[in-house]
Amino acid sequence: MESAQPGARLRLIELTKRFGGVTAVDQLDLTVAAGTYFALLGPSGCGKTTTLRMVAGLEEPTRGRILLDEEEITELRPYRRPVNTVFQSYALFPHLDVFENVAFGLRRRGVPDVTEQVRAMLSLVQLDGYDRRRPAQLSGGQQQRVALARALVNRPRVLLLDEPLGALDLTLRRRMQLELKRIQTEVGITFVHVTHDQEEAMTLADTVAVMNNGRIEQLGTPAELYEFPATAFVATFLGRSNLLSGTVVGRDGDDVLVEAYGQRFSVPVIRARRTAGAVLLGIRPEKLRLVGTVDEVPAGHQAVAGIVTDAAYLGTSTQYLIRTGWGGEFSVFVAADGEARPVPVGATVVAHWHPRYAFLLDGGTPGGTPAVPVDPAGAVPANGVGPR
Amino acid sequence: MSGTYRRLLPYLLVLPGGLWLVVFFLLPAVQLVATSLYDPAGSLADGYAMTWAFGNYPDAIRAYWAHFGRSFGYAGLATALALLLGYPLAYVIALRAGRWQHLLLVCVVAPMFTSFLVRTLAWKAILADTGPVVGLLREVHLLAPDGRLLASPVAVVTSLTYGYLPFMVLPIYASLQRLDRRLLEAARDLNARPAQVFWTVTLPLSRPGVVAGTLLTVIPASGDYISAELLGTPRDYMIGNVIDAAFLVRLDYPQGAALSVLLLLVILVLTIGYLRRGAEEVG
Repeated sequence: MESAQPGARLRLIELTKRFGGVTAVDQLDLTVAAGTYFALLGPSGCGKTTTLRMVAGLEEPTRGRILLDEEEITELRPYRRPVNTVFQSYALFPHLDVFENVAFGLRRRGVPDVTEQVRAMLSLVQLDGYDRRRPAQLSGGQQQRVALARALVNRPRVLLLDEPLGALDLTLRRRMQLELKRIQTEVGITFVHVTHDQEEAMTLADTVAVMNNGRIEQLGTPAELYEFPATAFVATFLGRSNLLSGTVVGRDGDDVLVEAYGQRFSVPVIRARRTAGAVLLGIRPEKLRLVGTVDEVPAGHQAVAGIVTDAAYLGTSTQYLIRTGWGGEFSVFVAADGEARPVPVGATVVAHWHPRYAFLLDGGTPGGTPAVPVDPAGAVPANGVGPR
Repeated sequence: MSGTYRRLLPYLLVLPGGLWLVVFFLLPAVQLVATSLYDPAGSLADGYAMTWAFGNYPDAIRAYWAHFGRSFGYAGLATALALLLGYPLAYVIALRAGRWQHLLLVCVVAPMFTSFLVRTLAWKAILADTGPVVGLLREVHLLAPDGRLLASPVAVVTSLTYGYLPFMVLPIYASLQRLDRRLLEAARDLNARPAQVFWTVTLPLSRPGVVAGTLLTVIPASGDYISAELLGTPRDYMIGNVIDAAFLVRLDYPQGAALSVLLLLVILVLTIGYLRRGAEEVG
């Protein structure tokens, strides 16, 4: 099992899981590169945990295959898989102390002397001296570390993490994120991390797969996903997006021309997922700038006029809600760079952006339903779905 | 006024139960200990004199130590058998039965709807010399052609095991039912084979149920006298039969009382020792 590369490449081929009539995971094809930090991001019920459980062997796939490097593990019993899991509930053994919890996997495999390995692992997760404590005597963060050590000590080829930080408060969660990243770099094992928290996924992962309704909507680096989302779901689940539903009306060189709410917009063709028919024009709130009048809009920028209906000061930025002329809502984040003047609620403003920041998504067939429920007025001020 | 009421309320609430315990437990217990120290020369007709006759105890032990030994031997054996039968049963009901869980539980408790006496008599029919069990055992030569099950220790222990099985099953079921299934998944994930999952996680975590079930079985079983009376011979008599006879046949009240107190003390000491050890291991 010891090789130059401690982590294995994980491949899922047409992996499917049905519960009764419900398809939880739908013909999933996925490759996770060896030794990388991979995040499976999606709302609750999207099938991400089921996928993880199938890799762990705790759930039997209805169809499909699971491969570690070249070895097929689809049919292997869980205890035979070189894969370990950090559970959302931690699932620490209450009748065993910290040391024995961490030693559990090694002892089951009949490793003769576990003391050194367990101590080293407790040290890695910064729990030296906690050997003889019971799980009930530990804080949530410490329990989380024990759960991590208990899985990692077995040197799995792939470590599965199921919402591992979900039960921690925000500060602790941030700290554990950095910790997880450090540990992954140190041990070089392939990490597959399931979460509904987009910030967590982006902070930790080299590659993120956004999952929805049992399928992967988009896979890529956090920057790729954020800068050029493939679907309206990704655009709104990963950060916020203002989406305008419109129709492609033509081409102008390298630009696609879109008409929405009686206005013309253009988007570079390389930023377009679709170049004909019904589309959604997307623009991130922080890519927008606010000015007082149309005359102040820089040349080449595109603009939407409206009235400020809400302003929330958040320290690093101020978030404005703009009601547009056609009744839609626009989110605008203005960075607190020391130069932006506060804009009062009720002021008439013009929001403008450079076309290279906009992106064009499939808007569904005209009259059909778009991928996400889009506000009839056009803008979707949605954030990541799910509890925080 | 309301302050006084508030202060008195807890005592008022305890009062009915407390009175009950005093009248039906404490006073009889005191009376029992007192009776055990009466002059054994007295009789029910002439009355007893309190002579602090501590000699009743050594006398009782000398006369009936074998019955004590037999009682705890039979009860211990019956408890071990009940554990061996009851644990798998409780396990299946709690973890594998799915929607049949409640029905199976009712089946476990159902025999208690009839009296212990009737159920023990039923064993008499089952184990009868002409009955099916003896017939089968003779057929396969596990029993000599003239061998029998009735009037033997086998019959007594069988009856004890059967009689107290629900008291073993129910606490074990309760502790297995409460078991966090995610711990079993975690164990499987951490390289434990199914048997290892059982020995390292399921069994240790159901220990409180095993401790409770064992006590609930061994205590009443060691004081039982119906099983030996109906299914055994005087050679199989337990301490309960001796106490029964002392009070109701021989009318030797001081000795009956002394034996009762001894039984109580032995059970108490065993129970405390057992619970201490159990507590240490569970931590």
